[in-house]
Amino acid sequence: MPAVLLRVNGTTHELDLEPQVSLLDALREHLGLTGTKKGCDQGACGACTVLADGVRVNACLALAVQYEGREITTIEGVASPLQAAFVAHDGFQCGYCTSGQICSAIGMLAEHGDDVPSAVTEHLAAGGVELTDAEIRERMSGNLCRCGAYNGIVAAIKEVAGADAAARVPAEAAR
Amino acid sequence: MRSFAYVRPPDVAAAVRAVAAEPDAKFLGGGTNLVDLMREGIERPGTVVDVTGLPLQQIEELPGGGVRIGALVRNSSLAAHRLIRTRYPMLAQAILSGASAQLRNMATVGGNLLQRTRCLYFYDGAAACNKREPGAGCAARDGFHRGGAILGASGACVATHPSDMCVALAALDAVVEAESVRGVRRIPLAGFHRLPGDTPHIETELAADELITAVELPASPVAAHSRYRKVRDRASYAFALVSVAAALEVRHGAVTGVRLALGGVAAKPWRASKAEQALLGAPATEESFRHAAEIELAPAEGLPGNAFKIELARRTIVATLRQVLTQGGAA
Repeated sequence: MPAVLLRVNGTTHELDLEPQVSLLDALREHLGLTGTKKGCDQGACGACTVLADGVRVNACLALAVQYEGREITTIEGVASPLQAAFVAHDGFQCGYCTSGQICSAIGMLAEHGDDVPSAVTEHLAAGGVELTDAEIRERMSGNLCRCGAYNGIVAAIKEVAGADAAARVPAEAAR
Repeated sequence: MRSFAYVRPPDVAAAVRAVAAEPDAKFLGGGTNLVDLMREGIERPGTVVDVTGLPLQQIEELPGGGVRIGALVRNSSLAAHRLIRTRYPMLAQAILSGASAQLRNMATVGGNLLQRTRCLYFYDGAAACNKREPGAGCAARDGFHRGGAILGASGACVATHPSDMCVALAALDAVVEAESVRGVRRIPLAGFHRLPGDTPHIETELAADELITAVELPASPVAAHSRYRKVRDRASYAFALVSVAAALEVRHGAVTGVRLALGGVAAKPWRASKAEQALLGAPATEESFRHAAEIELAPAEGLPGNAFKIELARRTIVATLRQVLTQGGAA
């Protein structure tokens, strides 16, 4: 089997992987990083969301071999005020979608910082779009929560986005 | 997933040689559709040629005001690009209304053009599908066909093309550039996808060994005044029931420029040329918009589960044109 060099959470791993192994299965089955969840395994739920060079992607539709040389970050490698904010705002019930939600939210805030618009952005040519509830919901629509904890998820992200804007003050409410 | 050989060619020439050399080889872009179809056993390539490392990642302004988009530009990068947001807002909106942010971050422009249908029976290996297995029949006709075609369908197939991006590209007179061992050729987007006829398994004009290398948008002043509107079963992260890409230019109350295309209604992004002809020179009124929509949709045919889309398309055309008229484009 060919050796694949995968860099995950700052560590490089040499794995013997067939090319059909997804990034998700490589993380969970080969590296024991089970924080990233398998929901639909077809790109329809977002539970498997991880960051590749800081960009959110669905690990279930990614072949591991395609991500050689990229910096993969999973929930195990995350230390973000979003985690405490999700707890403080009841941003989950069962928790199955949560690691995907948090990785996705990290990617989403970075996209917003890079002036990426969304489908609900009123004026595409204007920069500095405010992260309203509608913007957050649209930008996070790739992450389903079957418990329906969306209100808490939006509140948690909004708090951290606001704190980000006010110079990254950690979510004290969560302590 | 069935096993396959994986190759990562260093340049375009090597990539097209690799696919030409193996009859069951396929190009792999972002994987958001192909990997899914391979997992379902619907696509079964023996060799996968990963093109995502090739230098086709640029968005460049062309002399005269057009834009050249490398085939491996990610959908999210294209939608976020300044030139697209300001000159072709319908294209940015179309891309942003498709899939999810994660998928748009992965998906490439070339791959988006080559998406397969989302018809349930195409995905269900146990169901009859002429597209998957020519001659097998079409389970969708008498089955669940809410997402099915109302224009250009045939007895053999009622599938729709799922792309939002392509609807805007059709309205914008985009041109697809493709390369193979035989050379480079340019295919107008309007003629890139095929209607099903008796051969629904043949979906595009592209040969199996041709690699999409770029998409070019001609300069289009009217495109700056454009919008994309998508109607679907949930507000986000769902395929279109009906979508409309519309650009409109009005002087002294009359339509002096218009681009109109529909999504979710046919096996190809549907350029509404008849409606455009009816609108050019006509007064920019609700009545003209309705008349144009009716002309375009006159040949539409519905099945019991999707006939509502004819009226939905009519109303969405009128509503989108009205919005561009009263609020301007999305830029």
